[in-house]
Amino acid sequence: MDPRSNIIDKRLAGIKRVIAVSGGKGGIGKSLTASVLALTLSRLGFRVGLLDLDLSAPSTHVILGIEGLYPKEEKGIVPPEICGIEFMSIVYFTGDNPSPLRGIDISNAMLELLAVTRWGSLDFLIVDTPPGIGDATMDVIRWMKRAEFLVMTTSSKVALETVKKVIKMLTELNVPIIGIIENMKMEESRLVKEALKDVPILGEVGFDEKIEDSIGDVNKLLESDFAVKMKEIVSNSSILKLQLK
Amino acid sequence: MHEWALAEAVIATVIEESRKEGLQEVTKIKLKIGELQQMETEIFEFAVTEIAKVQGASLLTNMKVEMDRERAVFRCRVCRNEWGFGETTGMSEEETEAIHFAPEVAHAYIRCPSCKSPDFEVLQGRGVTIESIKGTG
Repeated sequence: MDPRSNIIDKRLAGIKRVIAVSGGKGGIGKSLTASVLALTLSRLGFRVGLLDLDLSAPSTHVILGIEGLYPKEEKGIVPPEICGIEFMSIVYFTGDNPSPLRGIDISNAMLELLAVTRWGSLDFLIVDTPPGIGDATMDVIRWMKRAEFLVMTTSSKVALETVKKVIKMLTELNVPIIGIIENMKMEESRLVKEALKDVPILGEVGFDEKIEDSIGDVNKLLESDFAVKMKEIVSNSSILKLQLK
Repeated sequence: MHEWALAEAVIATVIEESRKEGLQEVTKIKLKIGELQQMETEIFEFAVTEIAKVQGASLLTNMKVEMDRERAVFRCRVCRNEWGFGETTGMSEEETEAIHFAPEVAHAYIRCPSCKSPDFEVLQGRGVTIESIKGTG
């Protein structure tokens, strides 16, 4: 019998809201959104954690310019704080090396991280997930029972076709969906609204041609058009509402 | 002390399973400790015992802890070669410590000695498992 899943609820007990950033396809801005959302919430005065669960392709550390950090070992693993965010990623342990993990390995690594990471008292834990409804997403649903999903898409037919399936799956499993953010919007179109009628559209973010220049620099990132728009969306949505414990 | 976090998971599981089975007292638990995680078994046993005292109340007062080590064995998915963690050479201290924290990280540092593939499965000896919980109802 594997004991690790029995301690996860305790590990997450001090966190008021767990928000998993998800989407159907890669390259639609999930990691950027998760990183900027964590930064934005932190700058608004909330206590925030960021957990990168894209175990084979972690990237939030690149977006936030995190280098040379290592978690502290203290009755478990204590995530280091950077830019006001408690940050946890498998990259602490894999470094620059590829980590070719298959399904059972992904579940095991996730279970380990969830079982041994000692988060502080947080208002929000933002979880960056890999695309689609693969192992990591299904394990977030299985083990992070209070997770609510923020779903990213673009107006691309390819992205929409897959995000519909993500939403269908979450709905079937009664997993709360905060809403959808349409990213990289280049022209006026009702494609997203028409394709995803049953879920609230929280907002639209235009294609930010300069965002690449901000990667790795938190201050530049927060000044980017992407982050400014994201802050507006966050401020006008239910994301900021904290449940009373 | 990373061992402490896993010891907490063990005690939480023992308490939950004992409740399910209607046990009044747990007399013995048997744990299997996989080689790949490189646990300090003395520290781990100390942590299990200490946490049991604090969280277990009368249920775990007389609980004995038995631990068996299990050798880690890998099998290459490409060439089917099998080998042990002990036969892996050339890893730095940082790399073995990383595997201690998250054993799946082995895929970043270990290659099949025969065909050099990172695509292998861990057949046994990954981490901590509870083999049995014995007690009285």
